[in-house]
Amino acid sequence: MNPTDTTNRPSVSIAGVGAQPTGTSKPDAADPVMELSGVSVFYGAYEAVRDTSMPIQEKQITAMIGPSGCGKSTILRSLNRMNDLIPGARVSGAVTYHGQDLYAKDVDPIEVRRRIGMVFQKPNPFPKSIYDNVAYGPRVTGMKVSSMDDLVEKALRDAALWDEVKDKLKTSGLALSGGQQQRLCIARTIAVRPEIILMDEPCSALDPIATAKIEDLMSELSNDYTIVIVTHNMQQAARVSHYTAFFTAEVDERQERHGRLVEFSQTGKLFTNPADKRTEDYITGRFG
Amino acid sequence: MSTPTTTTETRPDSSASGNALTQRRSRPGEVAFRLAMQACLLIAFGVLAALLTWVLVKGWNRLDSRLWTEMPTGLVSRLDGAGVQSALVGTLWIISLVALICLPIGVLSAIYLEEYADNTRWYNRLLELNIQNLAGVPSIIFGILGLGIIARALGLGFTVITAAIVLSLLVLPVVIIATREAIRAVPQSIRHASYALGATKWQTVSRQVLPSAVPGIATGSILALSRAIGEAAPLIVLGAVTFITFNPDGLDSGYTALPIQIYTFITRSQSEYTELAAGAIVLLLAIVLAMNSIAIFVRNRFEKRW
Amino acid sequence: MSTSTSNAGSAAGSALRRGRRRPVDSTVKVLLVAAALVSVATTIGIVIALVQPTIGFFQQVSVVEFITGTSWTPTFAQKAYGVLPLVAATLTVTGVALTIAVPLGLGSAIYLSEYANPRTRKVLKPIIELLAGVPTVVYGFVALFALNPLLQKWWPTDDGPAFQNLLIAGIAMGIMIVPTIASISEDSMAAVPRSLREGAYALASTKMQVSTRVVVPAAMSGIVAAVVLGISRAVGETMIVTIAGGLTSDRIVLNPLEGAATMTAFIANISSGDIPVGSLDYDSVFAVGALLFLITFALNAVSIRMVRRFREVYE
Repeated sequence: MNPTDTTNRPSVSIAGVGAQPTGTSKPDAADPVMELSGVSVFYGAYEAVRDTSMPIQEKQITAMIGPSGCGKSTILRSLNRMNDLIPGARVSGAVTYHGQDLYAKDVDPIEVRRRIGMVFQKPNPFPKSIYDNVAYGPRVTGMKVSSMDDLVEKALRDAALWDEVKDKLKTSGLALSGGQQQRLCIARTIAVRPEIILMDEPCSALDPIATAKIEDLMSELSNDYTIVIVTHNMQQAARVSHYTAFFTAEVDERQERHGRLVEFSQTGKLFTNPADKRTEDYITGRFG
Repeated sequence: MSTPTTTTETRPDSSASGNALTQRRSRPGEVAFRLAMQACLLIAFGVLAALLTWVLVKGWNRLDSRLWTEMPTGLVSRLDGAGVQSALVGTLWIISLVALICLPIGVLSAIYLEEYADNTRWYNRLLELNIQNLAGVPSIIFGILGLGIIARALGLGFTVITAAIVLSLLVLPVVIIATREAIRAVPQSIRHASYALGATKWQTVSRQVLPSAVPGIATGSILALSRAIGEAAPLIVLGAVTFITFNPDGLDSGYTALPIQIYTFITRSQSEYTELAAGAIVLLLAIVLAMNSIAIFVRNRFEKRW
Repeated sequence: MSTSTSNAGSAAGSALRRGRRRPVDSTVKVLLVAAALVSVATTIGIVIALVQPTIGFFQQVSVVEFITGTSWTPTFAQKAYGVLPLVAATLTVTGVALTIAVPLGLGSAIYLSEYANPRTRKVLKPIIELLAGVPTVVYGFVALFALNPLLQKWWPTDDGPAFQNLLIAGIAMGIMIVPTIASISEDSMAAVPRSLREGAYALASTKMQVSTRVVVPAAMSGIVAAVVLGISRAVGETMIVTIAGGLTSDRIVLNPLEGAATMTAFIANISSGDIPVGSLDYDSVFAVGALLFLITFALNAVSIRMVRRFREVYE
């Protein structure tokens, strides 16, 4: 089905460390804002993801794709120390953010999450008003704001939700539709002005129209924010991202499954000219 | 070698099965079983309802303002003008103090166990087992605790505050267990959303988890308080069985309480006391059942479905 | 969109360090731990309250006499400290209570869980929970003044039950325990997965067969836990037996038509009077209390284990 010959291909960008994107949709980014090197995540004794190395480029959208159980969400959650909340979870290797190892002893996970926000798979607005949902982050982090009303409005505008909710800011966030709820969650996240937004399959619970809106929003947001998105939808990765990391699950000699990064490169390249046979099989639908 | 015929022998006659489906077989065993189960429910709760109605009828003549405006008496001749005011006021004193002592401790303990404690640690598991066990310790044992430690060793004597502390400890497990369940029902995704915005643990607990758990906590708390109102056994051990004809005026005051007063009336052999006891029971039941109804209503009405 | 949104420039890396102290968070944690320790202190307090006088008691009364003696007469001139009469009365009342409460409670639970339509169930379940809150002094009152006269009136022979007797206390206690047993058993039956029932129905089982052969066995550990909890409540129940159960303790009474003092009734009765601290009578309250605590402790341990098992299976 795939006409390209896998043997006759320049070897690039496996495990991504040396990947130098020659931008198609965006000009060359500066230094990566985050860098993973040799990152493994354990749950107790079980190694869920092995030896992952890749950069996260500033103000670009990086997608993580792969079959379920390949550890892409696990890696995503290690980027802002959400894994800390799972008892027994442990990260080895280095996740650096502006050169600072996030897992160094003296790093405060709360400060990390303050700068690296997250949007979850299922929309999870707080059972509070729309206004309070957005204002929650600035309040708890003690942000100095001259006008909370303005901040809420701006966050909702940036999340392309303002026009739909401006007349009902006092109603519960749970009263919105699924797509609106997810945009509310995005508004809530950008209200604390993070530098990076992690998105864990943000559209998997949404219908196609709501999905399209979120995708447009992501492109818009990438002017100001670095975005990392986990998706099981390859078309979505191809549509919105600048870089793509492909993960897969390997079974080792002890019959344990481990997630592994197979290939990291610019999205256009990964989808049209993948370096690894497994990537090619996956994107052409030949994966098991 | 097995023969295939064995399986066909037990099969229902297929040629007639079309008709067989439409013939409703009567199953007397089934009907009897259903009726028996229904009867269990009716008997158990019918008898209870009948008994409570009997109390209402028995105490009907005493259900007037005398009940709360007059004091109890040990003299049969004065019984006509007697009530249970000191017991009612004593109960209100005790229950207010129980609320002040027990609810904060119970809710904070539950927060610790659910949100902070690492339950892979032996001491946290022990803490949990300890609470489960305390929930099953007979109330009279708490009376012994009150007698030996609080009244005598700590020197608080047979006072309102001793009674309130003992009853607080007695119902503490109820509050803890109910609060834990309410906290556990708050979905993890809410906590994660809060943490992802840079909230600290306490901010997450106090601004997201607790507000969402309020209905469950309220229900558990009201049930606990209503149980404390009805408890007599520990107070008997604490020497509360006397005719107290004054209202408590402070934490170190002597006291009586409704269930104790009812017990005192019952132990009088003169039948005149029976009516007054019934009247006081109706008052006690009205308070307790009203509180329980509110608790159950709150739970069914306000509990969030996620 | 403005371009100056991000607050975290390249200096952000170093700002991640734990510079900011969070005094509220650490204070809160201390408070929480302190609150959790109150329940530990309660248990320790109970043990201390029981142990010291109990040791004093056993310095004057031998353990053997306490455990094997068949007469308990601390208030008589001729004092005897054999606890068996109290234990026997406790067991008799508990036996009567369970004979009534287990079938009625289980039957109610099966009806509610398997037969009642959801709307009936929605109404009845809260009522049951409501009735579980009736104070026990009320049960004592109705046992003595309502049930007992009825029993006397209907008794076929002349030598009817005594004014206070174990039967009537047991019946009242049984009625008291039904809501507890019904409620917990119903919870564990409701926790039996639908698929199990559907599997049985697909094999052409009738409703009774599904109830008795699938649901009840699957919910068994929850049901056992409910019954054990019921036993624990019956053993520890004070007011009903004190009011309606009688006071005899100078011999072992096995006939439920007679009155006899249970462990709890003895404690309640003797402490309603004035007993001098440090006297043998005073200490005997604690010795009986210690025995009661041990018995209920064992029952609770069984019940906790059972509940945990049925939670593990289906949750």
